[in-house]
Amino acid sequence: MDSQSLTYIFVGVSFALYIGIAIWSRAGSTKEFYVAGGGVSPLANGMATAADWMSAASFISMAGIISFMGYDGSVFLMGWTGGFVLLALLLAPYLRKFGKFTVPDFIGDRYYSKTARSVAVICALIVSFTYIAGQMRGVGVVFSRFLEVEIETGVIIGMIIVLFYAVLGGMKGITYTQVAQYCVLIFAFLVPAIFISFQATGNPIPMFGMGDTLVGQPDTFMLDKLDGLSQELGFSAYTEGSKDLIDVIAITLALMVGTAGLPHVIVRFFTVKRVKDARKSAGYALLFIGILYITAPAVASFGKLNLIETVSEKKYSEMPEWFTTWENLGLLAWIDKDSDGKIQYLGAAKEGGDALTGIPIFSENERGKNGERLVENPSENKNELYVDRDIMVLANPEIADLPNWVIALVAAGCLAAALSTAAGLLLVISSSVSHDLIKKMIKPDISDKGELVAARLAAVAAVVVAGYFGINPPGFVAAVVALAFGLAAASFFPAIILGIFYKRMNKEGAIAGMVVGICLMLFYMLKFKFDFFGGGTPEDWWFGISPEGFGSVAMFVNFFVSIVISKFTPEPPLEVQEMVENVRIPGGAGEASDH
Amino acid sequence: MDKQTDNKQKHASAYWRENLKYLAILLPIWFLVSYGAGIIFKDWLDQFQIGGFNVGFWFAQQGSIYVFIILIFVYVRLMNKLDKKYGYDK
Repeated sequence: MDSQSLTYIFVGVSFALYIGIAIWSRAGSTKEFYVAGGGVSPLANGMATAADWMSAASFISMAGIISFMGYDGSVFLMGWTGGFVLLALLLAPYLRKFGKFTVPDFIGDRYYSKTARSVAVICALIVSFTYIAGQMRGVGVVFSRFLEVEIETGVIIGMIIVLFYAVLGGMKGITYTQVAQYCVLIFAFLVPAIFISFQATGNPIPMFGMGDTLVGQPDTFMLDKLDGLSQELGFSAYTEGSKDLIDVIAITLALMVGTAGLPHVIVRFFTVKRVKDARKSAGYALLFIGILYITAPAVASFGKLNLIETVSEKKYSEMPEWFTTWENLGLLAWIDKDSDGKIQYLGAAKEGGDALTGIPIFSENERGKNGERLVENPSENKNELYVDRDIMVLANPEIADLPNWVIALVAAGCLAAALSTAAGLLLVISSSVSHDLIKKMIKPDISDKGELVAARLAAVAAVVVAGYFGINPPGFVAAVVALAFGLAAASFFPAIILGIFYKRMNKEGAIAGMVVGICLMLFYMLKFKFDFFGGGTPEDWWFGISPEGFGSVAMFVNFFVSIVISKFTPEPPLEVQEMVENVRIPGGAGEASDH
Repeated sequence: MDKQTDNKQKHASAYWRENLKYLAILLPIWFLVSYGAGIIFKDWLDQFQIGGFNVGFWFAQQGSIYVFIILIFVYVRLMNKLDKKYGYDK
């Protein structure tokens, strides 16, 4: 069977499975809708957290980014896993003990203030929307490639599916769907990785294969070969970095702290029964996530090696089928700058660089003399190949010439990753609106049933907004997502940590810290990413720190402002101090309850 | 404050201090494997090799993640024991 029909079957079956689970586990009360009734086992919660956590960015973009950044891509690997250590050690158990539904619940009660709660709600909404836009985009890319529809249509199909099971099932439906999605996505990620590793090194375990010697060249380690080839083509060595040390540290820290501050991750720890289950499920979550994260760098390095060997100095007319497929989708482009009919793929040291100025702008219908799509914005340098980072994982099985069913499996896996994260985020958005805004601030006497209706309506509105951003994206999937972490790091993390570990922290300090933190981060992001406030180039970055890493600076500023302001303002009331002491000990953690 | 609540509070703060002690041991390890071995000392560590990996590169892309997972499960074990010791496990 051809890969197209297989893809329809794999994707169709997995979708039927998700929808079936959603119908079976639909939510009947707000408690089931927000925290799945609070009775999820640590293992299931760990798996669901892993699926919730691993987004289109992890599945599709991350290996691609590492593939092109080499060592510099490590910031994503360490950043997106190290945050779980902070979660397990510093946040999850205490938030579980506190036992409410949402992060703004904690902020609002701990800082005994509606203002604090509103600031937290706004932060949660900004973070979640930034993040979800990237997910919908990922869904669109996958649909457009595998089901051969326009990206816009793909985004809309994705919206309908997510809407269906998130609105119906709430947290309960999402949790059990995510368990299924984790299984699909990890299987889909590992199978091609195992194939590719085995092909290249004869070692079927990708994370060991990466450090092994090549088939037929028992004296050459794979990574050494890749370093050599990269340098030959004028790129920096794969295992060497080119970013500044301070920026690498700042980005890693922002991603770690951001992970620990993401509302849709934190809320997962409200769904387990006891405090000790919260710790344990953070451990399981990282274990399940780690399986993908230690495989991704292997996929990245093998993929890069395969790509170079397939295209470099080869004739365009002899390119395999996948090359033209991706070219037609606009994710690959080739400009025959020296008119020799061969593909030159060159880095800066060989007068290469970015093949185009920005993303490709294709001429309508016109073809070059080799049959390639013509591009209107070639750059001056000698590099002729444009490769969108997002296709590395998607095209890898084709580049390595794997069987058709593997290609179909990858499509199903990508969709599982993007949908599971989108659903988790939708839930945070809808509960922020229905619980934190409507129930707690606008209309406290709303019935449980009314709140449930509001939650579902909010989810519908959220998915529409997310879809809009998916169709009109502000950049690469991973780049957008990376900024969401900066925002989370700059706002929530300090307020929650201080709320638990510093009894003296009061509302004045926390509110000032959150407001200053998120505004500073938004300002920096808008200035250097979106050209507001006069824009700026990397030379103008403060302390040489990129917008992706600036979340860590904004976080320190938040801590500093919070502590200084709290020193000059009255200490929190006695019952709040007692609450902090109570949160610190695990005994008698009630079930998640609504006061 | 009567004696019973006073004792209860002492009990709770003793538990909290032991918890903080564990954090003071585990978090530096978290920092060392990632920011230390994977970033700051990466270039120096790269002179050594494990199989085909330079050690610094290995820590950045593989090793740190293994250690993170182990750290969490060690903390889970330590805290389960501590909960039992202080009778907070019921």
